[in-house]
Amino acid sequence: MARMKFLCDADRCIDCNACVTACKNENEVPWGINRRRVVTINDGKPGERSVSMACMHCTDAPCAAVCPVSCIFPTEEGVVLHSKDLCIGCGYCFYACPFGAPQYPRIGNFGSRGKMDKCTFCAGGGGKEETGSSEEFKKYGANRLAQGKLPLCAEMCSTKSLLAGDGDIIAQIYKERVLKRGYGSGAWGWMTAYHEEIPV
Amino acid sequence: MSRAGSKIMMPVRASLRCGAALLILAMLAGQPAAAQQANPNQPVDPDASAVKEQRLLERAPRIEGRIDIPDQKASVLMQPAGRRWDYFHEVILHWLGAIVMLGMLAVLALAYLVMGRIRIHSGRSGRKVVRFTGFERFSHWLTAVSFVLLGLTGLNITFGKLVLLPAIGPDAFSDFAQTAKYVHNFVSFSFVVGLILIVALWSKDNFPRKVDIDWFKQGGGFIKSKHAPAGRFNAGEKLVFWFALIAGIAVIVSGYLLLFPFYLVNIAGMQNAQIVHSVVAVLFVAVILAHIYIGTLGMEGAFEAMGTGEVDLNWAKEHHDQWLLDMPDKERPVRTPEPPLPGATAK
Repeated sequence: MARMKFLCDADRCIDCNACVTACKNENEVPWGINRRRVVTINDGKPGERSVSMACMHCTDAPCAAVCPVSCIFPTEEGVVLHSKDLCIGCGYCFYACPFGAPQYPRIGNFGSRGKMDKCTFCAGGGGKEETGSSEEFKKYGANRLAQGKLPLCAEMCSTKSLLAGDGDIIAQIYKERVLKRGYGSGAWGWMTAYHEEIPV
Repeated sequence: MSRAGSKIMMPVRASLRCGAALLILAMLAGQPAAAQQANPNQPVDPDASAVKEQRLLERAPRIEGRIDIPDQKASVLMQPAGRRWDYFHEVILHWLGAIVMLGMLAVLALAYLVMGRIRIHSGRSGRKVVRFTGFERFSHWLTAVSFVLLGLTGLNITFGKLVLLPAIGPDAFSDFAQTAKYVHNFVSFSFVVGLILIVALWSKDNFPRKVDIDWFKQGGGFIKSKHAPAGRFNAGEKLVFWFALIAGIAVIVSGYLLLFPFYLVNIAGMQNAQIVHSVVAVLFVAVILAHIYIGTLGMEGAFEAMGTGEVDLNWAKEHHDQWLLDMPDKERPVRTPEPPLPGATAK
């Protein structure tokens, strides 16, 4: 089975934030929650790069390890999902996440964050809701993977900077790009998330 | 820049050396040689100055940038230290907590098996001395009950999924953990109040005195043949007191940083606050386990000091002789017991 991954080709990202908007719309994410965001490094300076970042669906996901109620788990495809029914809103996944992916509906004074929300790779939720049901959609957003589709953020990326899908395939695509154009600033976050680089 | 620059500069310099006329022409035209670097025919290398993840991480533990959304926390693109904190929380803390707390229980069990209960040597006199007033006992028990609740609910965050989750299942455990989290958050306030009261009431009797050295020399009352002198609090109690104050401040400060996330500290600060909070807390639990042991099972006549507030005169003589001597006369009517009335039966 394919191991699902994200890859942002920072040499192509133009900071248009379409991925952010696509994610919010497709998953009807509540106010204040951004499952995906674009960060611009060295803004306005030579060598500036923008990187679109969400949950990277890590190998040995640290959020899943530190969760005190063990409500976060990887699927067979390596997508890291969680159950909002079990989540107690302690915030530990946010402290452990290398990519700032977990989000909470409220600021969280006195431990009142609410249930954690994060990118699901458009693969629905990790709760008991039926796949593709409206209950699942309400809690976790779209389940495009069950429909044979990839995450919308990557699907509608105008420069095809953001890639989502089988890790081996997107790594191959990136490798070919780098060879063809002769440069590449690397697969951002891959070392931290997957313990591997893409050798070019 | 340097790589691309030198490639262009070489032919420029070569051509300059070749023709002096060209040099003069160039100077007359007022064109510096550097301007020719922007030669449109040379290939541009966009990679030459691009920011690289690895280089940024060598410079700082986090990669931060500019973000278009209002949530400024989100401007941290990457913080690989999250993995280190994960390792601390799941490996180091589990082992440290288990070793420190189970180790303390083992030491206490051993102490009980070897030494047994420390008895009142000369037996009970039947006469009582007031050791703790009602308000002192209230302060102690306010802190104590808060501490036990905080300890159990706190340990649940780290060890619950290993101990309780397999026993009661994910749904029940999640409900319990949610409740435990709120108990932990709100009981913290009564712990703070209790600790402030304790410090206000007992600081003056806990400053080190010369007698404390003798107490240690005499084996702290654990050697049956020796008498360890002490004032109102013995040196062991003083150590527990100051440890509780320092550890208490550490867990309170780190705890409130966690309770009001990201007000004063960033993501690294939140991780460090959790590390301080949990390490100090397991040490605190271990010390308080010893405190509970010596106050209940470990010593005859000790618990009533915090129970009824009165201790037996002989217990006081054996464990806090100087306290008894220093006591103002009006507070120790039992020091000069009335001679038994003729005809009265001895108690």
